[in-house]
Amino acid sequence: MIPLHWYVGLASALFCIGVCGFLTRRNLIMMLLSAELMLNAVNLNLVAMSYYLESLRGHAFTFFIITVAAAEAAIGLGIAIALYQHRRSVHTDSFTDLKG
Amino acid sequence: MIEQLVVLNPAAFSWGMITPVLPELVLLAIGVALIVLDLFAPRQRQLLPWMTVLGVSAVLLVNLGMYTPAEPGAMLRNDAYSAFFCTLCLASVILAALMREFYSTQVQSHQGEFYSLLVFSAVGMMIMVASVDLITIYLGLELMALPIYVLTGMHKKDLRTSEAAAKYFLMGVFASAFLLFGMSLLFGLTGTTNVAEIGAYIGRNNLADNASLVMALALLIAGLCFKVAVVPFHMWTPDVYEGAPTVLTAFMSVGPKAAGFAVFGRIMLAVFPELHANWGPVLALLAVLTMLVGNITALVQSSLKRMLAYSAIAHAGYALLGIAAGSASGMAAAMSYLFIYLFMNMGAFAILIIFSQGVEQGESIDSCRGMASRNPVLALCMLIFMFSLTGIPPTGGFTGKFYLFQSAVAAGYTAAVIAAVLLSAMSAFFYLRVIRLMYMSGPEQQPAITAPSVGMLVVLGIAVAGVLATGLVPGALFDWAQRAMLP
Repeated sequence: MIPLHWYVGLASALFCIGVCGFLTRRNLIMMLLSAELMLNAVNLNLVAMSYYLESLRGHAFTFFIITVAAAEAAIGLGIAIALYQHRRSVHTDSFTDLKG
Repeated sequence: MIEQLVVLNPAAFSWGMITPVLPELVLLAIGVALIVLDLFAPRQRQLLPWMTVLGVSAVLLVNLGMYTPAEPGAMLRNDAYSAFFCTLCLASVILAALMREFYSTQVQSHQGEFYSLLVFSAVGMMIMVASVDLITIYLGLELMALPIYVLTGMHKKDLRTSEAAAKYFLMGVFASAFLLFGMSLLFGLTGTTNVAEIGAYIGRNNLADNASLVMALALLIAGLCFKVAVVPFHMWTPDVYEGAPTVLTAFMSVGPKAAGFAVFGRIMLAVFPELHANWGPVLALLAVLTMLVGNITALVQSSLKRMLAYSAIAHAGYALLGIAAGSASGMAAAMSYLFIYLFMNMGAFAILIIFSQGVEQGESIDSCRGMASRNPVLALCMLIFMFSLTGIPPTGGFTGKFYLFQSAVAAGYTAAVIAAVLLSAMSAFFYLRVIRLMYMSGPEQQPAITAPSVGMLVVLGIAVAGVLATGLVPGALFDWAQRAMLP
């Protein structure tokens, strides 16, 4: 059986990749994907811990997170489309209307 | 297996189980009804704000009368704490709906969607403030935030709103991921998602020195600080508050922020009381930094809306000081301060909406120039709100700050309180500048301002009465907050 630390290690690595991607990428879609990666790291963590603790709470939590992530993606892409209609770009460098 | 399936039989289902969430379900039904009415009765759209106000007030009354006893393993709990925050959040929804009535004659401004999304967000806030389980805390948080992302970006024709929505959305998702990773670590360490059980487990097993627990604490603090806009996680706030429609800015800076503080207080005081030595000083430091950044940046703003956005950051810092104290009286002081902030901030934004006349240039601080001679009553209201935001007696802002600082001194954060007093004296500079422009400079050639609508007058009446009442007779509010913190 694979020990729990491996799962937690993998989840932490995925989470860090997500954080790095979110902070370095300048495309809204790529930032959204990085955030999804972070959420999936959490899912992996919860499912592995739930399995080892023999508790169903973590599994239930994971399902809720997956559902909410889907709703978030829908809204995020909607906002990206609204932005693209105006600027023909979804790069965060073009976000220059609000400053100060 | 057979016994478990009986649950699916409607006759065997005990309907008493849903009583604790009945107010939330009713509010959900109101939200759906609003959007259906907008679709099928487009001529009656001017009734929508009043329906929202009536519906939300009814739910608020029902919720106040409902105390469900604490059950082990329950995910939601209607106690005095949730009742206090629920009143605060729903009051912000009611005031926002009344303010929005100002625009009810405008065509093509998504009337039905606005009110229904506002109500959905209110359901999320009610779930947030009543949750005692990590799962429901997360679900409430997202249900509160998702409609607000949409509301922020709803006026697609205005370039600023899409940009604000994108920034708010990205930062919100990022913060949620941090919060969730912290929650997953907590679950892995303790094997439960119930807030009280996690706290008891940590105390029982002396986990206070566990590195993973400290990591979970750090991640949770980071996530929650994003949600309530505390420095250094505040970068999104000024842009989002400036870009969003003004009614929504007023709502966002009060309701969702209070709900965020409710979760913040619940997690810090119920899960991590053993680790107060770790998080108390950190939060106190963050609170001082927040006031510093908020107040200093507000000094140089030429837009009144952006100035109020930075002032919202600074006020989150004051309230955070109460949580940092880590005591019931500190939390009670933070709660009452948030309630007073509801009145003064909603009032100030209502005046901003009237002054700006719906144009972007009107949001400049110069639109206050000579207002005392153009409309003395509105100028007097603004004077009261600005005094209260500064913290000058006899307004609510003074009593709120007084109790907050008192509880922080009692907890031993004297240096933080000295910094807070100095910074709040400094904030007088930009708040009183508005008053100086209104009273001491002559009016320019400007068109007469349109008379405020009925809803706006009600908002101003409630806000002025609230600010003065909490300033002159603060006892009732503070007693209520103290009672809410009793176990």
